[in-house]
Amino acid sequence: MSTDLRHRLLDTALELHPQVALRPEPFGALAYHYGNRRLVFLKHADIVAVARSLGDHDSLSATLEACDVDPARWPSFVTAFESLLRSEVVRER
Amino acid sequence: MENETIDDAELTEPAIEEELLVEEISIDGMCGVY
Amino acid sequence: MSVESLATQLKAGLDAPICLTWELTYACNLQCIHCLSSSGRRDPRELSTTEAFTVLDELRDLQVFYINIGGGEPMVRRDFFDIVEHSVANGIGVKFSTNGAFIGAAEARRLTAMDYLDIQLSIDGADAATNDAVRGEGSFATAMRAMDHLAEAGFGPFKISVVATRQNVPQLDRFKALADSYGAQLRLTRLRPSGRAVDTWDELHPTQAQQRELYHWLLDHGDSVLTGDSFFHLNALGDPLPGLNMCGAGRVVCLIDPIGDVYACPFVIHDEFHAGNVRDAGGFTHVWRGSELFRSLREPQSAGACASCGAYDACQGGCMAAKFFTGMPLDGPDPECVTGHGETALASLAAVPVALTPRPSQDHSRPARTPAVV
Repeated sequence: MSTDLRHRLLDTALELHPQVALRPEPFGALAYHYGNRRLVFLKHADIVAVARSLGDHDSLSATLEACDVDPARWPSFVTAFESLLRSEVVRER
Repeated sequence: MENETIDDAELTEPAIEEELLVEEISIDGMCGVY
Repeated sequence: MSVESLATQLKAGLDAPICLTWELTYACNLQCIHCLSSSGRRDPRELSTTEAFTVLDELRDLQVFYINIGGGEPMVRRDFFDIVEHSVANGIGVKFSTNGAFIGAAEARRLTAMDYLDIQLSIDGADAATNDAVRGEGSFATAMRAMDHLAEAGFGPFKISVVATRQNVPQLDRFKALADSYGAQLRLTRLRPSGRAVDTWDELHPTQAQQRELYHWLLDHGDSVLTGDSFFHLNALGDPLPGLNMCGAGRVVCLIDPIGDVYACPFVIHDEFHAGNVRDAGGFTHVWRGSELFRSLREPQSAGACASCGAYDACQGGCMAAKFFTGMPLDGPDPECVTGHGETALASLAAVPVALTPRPSQDHSRPARTPAVV
């Protein structure tokens, strides 16, 4: 994944898909999309927090900042949100 | 007696290990279901 | 900071199942020779409609998003549509498994109008001869009729589910073509020696050579063919098949049977794997979270005789149902172990009287069963 695309996702306003339900788990959360039947595990409390607050911020980077995610970890989060975009668990606003 | 050399790799920052934060599984991907 | 592998975390169990199987009735219009629930006659202790709704409300509160309804033949229940509608209305998606006998044009339209509903039609042969030998005369035609009704009603993609047998492994491509012709999704699952199959597994289960053929065929077809993760014991052959590759029984899935009994999975309907009953105080939630059986399944399992085998990480000793009903120890090889260790172990059991091998705890078969030609 090129650096340009990463920056683009960071500047994108995202939201949790309205057909997605989040079920808390000891290690994070289970996300289930009622429309496409896809099941995704969010494997850390941090990514759950970010996913839940996407709607409150104008961009992914703003959300990561607001959730106090260490910039060193941002690449992992971008990869994760790319994946969540592909499975439609999140979508562009 | 061997000359001890300092391995250059030891002096650089370890690569940030990418965490696998999301994992998708098929709703049909768990054994024990009809 | 490392995140554990998903399978590792899931083996320890969750506070609620991810999904589960719910057999609505032991009544069935068919008498398939391998029926995992030995179905045929209704058990008079069946959960009432009210009790069924209570279970669904509990599952809703636990945030179980998806259930797999089966039986017997679930559509035999007069309240079948009420139960399914109550489920989807409460945010619990449904897939139900059926032989299709009760899907006429009107039912197909009614099902098409529903949201969050998947249908799985069961056949075990790509033609009537192969199928009916297992499922009974006319059952193939019945299933095809149901598929035609669903297609006509515009239901969209349904699933065709096949249990792999010695007789139908040569027909895999034909099954795929049949599914493709309806725009349906093919599902191929493992035959377990459970229910009536305790008596027919020896003749029905695929040979070692067929298992290898099946494994490679599944690898070739990737995500386009579902397996219910039932072939994880074949992962010892090479690259893993899609799926979690672990036994989910009692950890992320379980079975609720028609009389409210909870078992680790549909393939171990036996006292040994009975966790409790939803009619007991605390309902399903208490059984899922508090049962001694489930607590022990959620602990790390012993590799036992498989500990020294290099394939164990991939196959994890296979399926406990397969081992249990063939009389093999649970901490040892699967009877269909791809390295052959299972066959060796089975052979050494040949001296054990058949009567000592576990049998299903209940038999709901209808009395005058016409033996099918295998």
